[in-house]
Amino acid sequence: MGRSKITLEQVRHVALLARLSLAPDEEDRIRANMDEILDYIDKLNELSTDGIEPTAQVGDAGTPTRADAVTNHPAADAMLANAPARERGFFKVPKIID
Amino acid sequence: MAPSSELNCLTISEAAERLRRREFSVLELTRACLERIAAVDPKLNAFITVTEEEAMAQAEAADRRLKAGAAATLCGIPLGIKDIYCTAGMRTTCASKILENFVPPFDASVIAKLRREGAVFVGKTNMDEFAMGSSTENSAFGPTANPHDLTRVAGGSSGGSAAAVAADECLGALGTDTGGSIREPAAFCGVVGIKPTYSRVSRYGVVAYASSLDQVGPFSKSVRDAAILLRTLAGEDPQDSTCSARPVPDYERGLTGDVKGLRIGVPKEFFVEGMQPEVEKAVRAMLKQYESMGATTREISLPHSSYAIACYYIVATAEASANLARYDGVRYGLRERAEDNVELNEKTRERGFGAEVKRRIMLGTFALSAGYYDAYYLKAMRVRTLIRRDFERAFENCDVIVTPVAPTTAFRLGEKMSDPLTMYLSDIFTISVNLAGLPGLSMPCGYDANNLPIGMQIIGPQFSEEMVLRVGDALERSGAATLRRPAL
Repeated sequence: MGRSKITLEQVRHVALLARLSLAPDEEDRIRANMDEILDYIDKLNELSTDGIEPTAQVGDAGTPTRADAVTNHPAADAMLANAPARERGFFKVPKIID
Repeated sequence: MAPSSELNCLTISEAAERLRRREFSVLELTRACLERIAAVDPKLNAFITVTEEEAMAQAEAADRRLKAGAAATLCGIPLGIKDIYCTAGMRTTCASKILENFVPPFDASVIAKLRREGAVFVGKTNMDEFAMGSSTENSAFGPTANPHDLTRVAGGSSGGSAAAVAADECLGALGTDTGGSIREPAAFCGVVGIKPTYSRVSRYGVVAYASSLDQVGPFSKSVRDAAILLRTLAGEDPQDSTCSARPVPDYERGLTGDVKGLRIGVPKEFFVEGMQPEVEKAVRAMLKQYESMGATTREISLPHSSYAIACYYIVATAEASANLARYDGVRYGLRERAEDNVELNEKTRERGFGAEVKRRIMLGTFALSAGYYDAYYLKAMRVRTLIRRDFERAFENCDVIVTPVAPTTAFRLGEKMSDPLTMYLSDIFTISVNLAGLPGLSMPCGYDANNLPIGMQIIGPQFSEEMVLRVGDALERSGAATLRRPAL
C-alpha cells in the first residue's frame, strides 16, 4: 500500500478538529484502529472512478423549497429545559472573550 | 406461529382484530407486555427505559377510542421504541452518556403519527450508542442479550427492539437502519424487520447518525405486521425535506400471496467463502420453495459489492462527524466543567462519548480534513455511484434480489468487541442496500444446529416495498419458514 502510517501528530490534529481531548492510551488505540481501517478502505483505489459522478443523496425528494414563513412557536422555556446552565432566557457558557 | 394464550405473544393483526371483538382490553394487553418485561428483561436488557405509567395512560385512552369505534389498526397496540426517537416528555438517550438525562420537548414525526393512531409505548429500547455498531454492545447502558441464547448478541444497532419483539415484550417495535441496523438484529433474533427506501419515511426527530443513509423502519412477528406498521410510518412530512411526497400504498392490501412469474435474482458475490454453511443452505431452501410457488430464480452479479463496506465507513463516518458536532455541552446533555468554551466542548465530548463513537468521529473528521477530502470522501461518493448502478443493472433482469442477511448467525457477546474491522464485516450483505437507498426486508428462514435463527433478505428497487412485502408474506404463508419462540 502506498499510504504512509497515520502518526500520533495527525491523530492529535484530527482530535482537535473534532473537539475530542483524547487520553494518551486512547490516542494510541485510535491511531492503530485508524491505520487498520484505512488499510482496508484503501481497496477503493483498486477501482478507477474517473468520470464517475459522485452520489451524495439517493432519495427522490430533490431540493424542495417551502414558503418563507415562520412555523415554529416561541417556546423558550421548553427549549431551555435541558440546558446544563441557563440564565434568564439564555444558555450560559464560560467566558468566550476577555 | 404456535397459538398462545398469552396476549403479549399475539401478532399485531391478531391483537387488533380481537381488541375489536372486545375479547380483551388494551389495558389487559398492555399489562401482559409490562409483566413480561418485568419477568424477562433483567436477563435481556432490551429496554433502557420502561414507561409503565405512560403506557397505562395510553392504554386507557385507547380503550375509550375502541369503545367509541372507528379506531385505527394500531390503536391499543403495545410497541417498543428505539431510544433514538425523540419522545416528548420521555427520556431519549441514544444509549449515550452524553444524552443520559435528555428529555425531548417534542415528538419525532413518526412518534406523533403513532400517537394519533392510539398506539401504546411500553418503553425505549436499547441500541448501540448513536446507532454505531452491529451488536448492541456499544451501549452506555450495557449490552442486550439474544433471547435465543443469552450468551450471544442480539445484533445491532437496533438490538433492543429486535430482542423485545422476539421475547414478546411488545407486539412490534421501531428501529433505524443505516448499514443494516434493523435487518441484522431482526435476523439474529428471528423476527421480521424492514428498512424502507431512503426517503420513504420521515426522519424528523430521529437522532441523526449518517443522514444520507439513515432510515426508519419497524420490527414485527410477521410480514403482515410489518406492512401494517409501515403503512402508518411512511409518507410525506413537511418537517423533513428529504422525505418523499409519493403516495403510500396500502401495504397490507398488497399481500396477495401471489409470486407466480416473479423473477428472483441471486447475486453470486453474496455466497462467499467464510459464510456459515447452514446460512447458505437455509436461504437456498427458500429459493427452492419460491420456485415451487411459481417464481423463477437466476444468478445475477453485483460486481462492486466487495467495496461496499470500505465505501460506507467513509460516507457514514464523514456524515456522523458533522452530525455529532452538536453534542458540545452547551444547549442540552452532559456538560463537563471547564475554564473556557473549547475546553468545555472537548471535555464534555471526551467524557460523554463511548469508544466506537469516538473512533467513527475521528475517522470521519480525518476523511473530510484538508488534503484527504478528495482521496477519501469524494472517492467513496464515486464508488457509491458504482454500487448504485450495479443494482440498477441487476433489476433489469429480476424483480427482487434474495440474499442472506448476515454471513453467520448471532455471534458471542464480546467476541468481536476488540476488533472493530471484523465487527464492521458482519454488515457485508446489508450495507450496499443503504448506499443504493433501496428497501430491504429481513425475515426468519430457518435455524442452525444451535437453534439460532437465520435471516433472509429480500431487496427491491426504490419504492417497491409493496412487492417486497408481498414476496416475504407469500413465503410466510407457505409455512416454509416459521418463527420459533425462544425458551426464556
